[in-house]
Amino acid sequence: MKQTARIISTYSADVFGVCSALYELGGMTVMHDASGCNGTYSTHDEPRWYDMESMVYISALTEMEAVMGDDEKLVNDIAAAAADLHPRFIAIAGTPIPAMTGFDFEGAAALIEQRTGIPAFGFATTGMNTYVRGASMALEAWARRFVRRDPQGGTGVARSWDTEGPAANILGVTPIDFSTNGTDASLRRFVEKAGFCVGSVWAMGSDPREMEKAGEAKVNLVVSAAGLGAAAALREMFGTPYVICFPCGEKMQNAAAARLQEAAQKSTVSVCRSSLSGGKEGDVPPVAVIGEGVTSLGIASAIEMETGLRTSVLCATECGSGILRDTDAVTPDEDDIIPQLKGRSVIIADPLYRPICPAEAKFISLPSEAFSGRMFRSEIPDLVPDLGYITEKL
Amino acid sequence: MLRRPGEPGSGSIMGRPEEIMTPIGKASFPEPFRQGLEYSSPARGPWNIAHTGMLIPEAHEIFICAASCLRGVVLSAAEMGTQERFSTVAVREKDLLDGDMEELVIDGVTDIIEKLPVRPPAVLVYTSCVHHFTGCDLDMIQRRISERFPDIDFVDCYMNPIMRKSGLTPDQKMRAQLYALLHKRPLRPDAAAIIGNDFPTDEASDLMELLKGNGLKVHEITSCRTYEEYQEMAESSYYISYYPAAAAGGEILEKRLGGKHFYLPFSFDGDEIEAGFAALSSFLGVPMPDFSEKRAAVKHALAQTLETVGSTPVVIDYTFCPRPLGLARFLLDAGFCVERVYVDCISGEEKRDFVYLQENYPDLTLLPTIHPKMRFMAQENPSRVLAIGQKAAFFMNTDHFVNVVEGGGMLGYEAALRTLALMRDAFLHPKEMKKLVQEKALRCEGCL
Repeated sequence: MKQTARIISTYSADVFGVCSALYELGGMTVMHDASGCNGTYSTHDEPRWYDMESMVYISALTEMEAVMGDDEKLVNDIAAAAADLHPRFIAIAGTPIPAMTGFDFEGAAALIEQRTGIPAFGFATTGMNTYVRGASMALEAWARRFVRRDPQGGTGVARSWDTEGPAANILGVTPIDFSTNGTDASLRRFVEKAGFCVGSVWAMGSDPREMEKAGEAKVNLVVSAAGLGAAAALREMFGTPYVICFPCGEKMQNAAAARLQEAAQKSTVSVCRSSLSGGKEGDVPPVAVIGEGVTSLGIASAIEMETGLRTSVLCATECGSGILRDTDAVTPDEDDIIPQLKGRSVIIADPLYRPICPAEAKFISLPSEAFSGRMFRSEIPDLVPDLGYITEKL
Repeated sequence: MLRRPGEPGSGSIMGRPEEIMTPIGKASFPEPFRQGLEYSSPARGPWNIAHTGMLIPEAHEIFICAASCLRGVVLSAAEMGTQERFSTVAVREKDLLDGDMEELVIDGVTDIIEKLPVRPPAVLVYTSCVHHFTGCDLDMIQRRISERFPDIDFVDCYMNPIMRKSGLTPDQKMRAQLYALLHKRPLRPDAAAIIGNDFPTDEASDLMELLKGNGLKVHEITSCRTYEEYQEMAESSYYISYYPAAAAGGEILEKRLGGKHFYLPFSFDGDEIEAGFAALSSFLGVPMPDFSEKRAAVKHALAQTLETVGSTPVVIDYTFCPRPLGLARFLLDAGFCVERVYVDCISGEEKRDFVYLQENYPDLTLLPTIHPKMRFMAQENPSRVLAIGQKAAFFMNTDHFVNVVEGGGMLGYEAALRTLALMRDAFLHPKEMKKLVQEKALRCEGCL
């Protein structure tokens, strides 16, 4: 039956994606929830929680407030906290009960903004989609609100990047996809090696004032589906081209670098991926990679380029259309995935998938915060500079 | 300790505890601080309902909720190594609109049970806030799944934190439902059950000494290793609870199985301890223990501990035990330098201690743990304090702390003796606070 999981885990949810994407941007994010979401997010989905300050809270919604539609309490509580804490912006993100009661997130955000004078967002997340959707909508909203439409103008903090040569932004970088193991720094190095200066990284390690100038970039690199919303917004606002690619391994990086240069010159939008032909019709590729769509596609493509083995992505989260290949599949539930694993020689996935994988297939553990949270954090590899973690086990 | 990301907008982030701390002399009861948005500190020792449910041996848990709610419990189960006993049914947006919530639960539970490699004797079915708000017919669900699987005992459990201020809390309900699967059987007059604890009661505790010393067979869920052993608890004539959230379950059990419930309050106060044991002895029909040696031992331990700890500030938080203010009173009266108690609201059981402290130690500082400003109140540099409890250790940034939650199975004079011993140990031997406090559900592996 769809929607059941006998034994596998659950992906991080949309509301947590909002929190993760906005974590380093100096705002205050409020999960409109009774209790539990804050502990879950800060325990399992947020490796920065202990060491890096960020204003992420829950509203502590009660039954009576939900039934009586007492939104005034939420607005008052947020205004009181904002008066104490002076966030750069305020974001409210939804969970199941506000979704049921039809809470007006945009209306509440407008009211809060009016009351506090602080820019406010309302995200109608429901807690029923994956983190990808929440992170993507948060970064998109931030782009539309804060990225300067006159990037070359202005003074003070919004001055232009001091870069030599064309700049590129990296979009869709959160610890839920990339942990805190240095992958964000490796992605920066890749962009520089590809001939660009890094304008900003959305949203790890960049000052929000750098991100405000994202419109100056010649091209954007989207490294996870969490970056798709911001990429589309920046394309609409500035015409910025983008390449969808998680550049891991040498050959994939070469292809991605060429694609970035091409996009910058021709203003194109493209996906950098491999698609090996071969095998009889109906044969399943021997290697399956389970996980978030864009990163898994990057890993699968890199494996094809490095080893010549055919691959499939089993995408467990939301992914934009036209990104995955014919050999890939969207498999959100346990019952979607299990049939797709038959006949595979190698399965590359988070360790919490292992119990449903056929014993005869080789299992290569690739932990992901998105699925197993902090459980295997110390084992999460930085695949950008070196795919050997996987190829040596094939 | 903390690194700050992008600068805030129009002003500085506040970070001085003085801005929020309240002297107990001026604090209001039972809520000393304004309730509003809530922060969650990284201290994770207390158990959640997924951990507690696993105390029923061989039982399988099925949670039916949205992904955001499932995420915390599924990873709780995985982190404690019980994923084989844990399954989920995801509630999606369409389910809110389709009006087929009952069908989703029934079909989901059925699907999972049919896929399990071994048929469990019992299944805990956890529904959530969305079921409550959609008026889901939980009784009908229970009947249907029981008809489909007559060989399995089902119990309805609840992950509905939105109801935490409406009647019994989810924690109280969970502790009550732990015993809802017990089948009625003839009562043995010489059997007693200690109920509602996550931790086994210390063998050396005054309670165990009283029960076993008078020839009673003692059942406790934490010592059951099979479902049959668990069922044997139903033979108990006496149900004894001492953790406040467990008391409601005792009353329910009394009505259902026919034994008698007794609530023995956790306390550090000698008079209250002895009054409790006098009432318990009378309830059981056994002689009141002679506590003179224990009283003397506590007096000696207080002096010994004070000599070790000296004037080092002591800081307490509410996760350590159900009576943080009682502990503060106990230590202050003995001459310890208790400076702070971290507590968000004060339980009714603590009102006497609250008033006493107001009158006698009005400068004792209260601090919340969930107030939004507490995000910025963890000490940046390690403090020279002795912390009792994980949250106190986190906020004070000290490796000298007592790492116990929920009372840790302590009770009576033995709780005082053990607490003092742990204080001495914590003072002399630092622990890796950052690592230890982030572990979820302290000691849960040893209790399952």
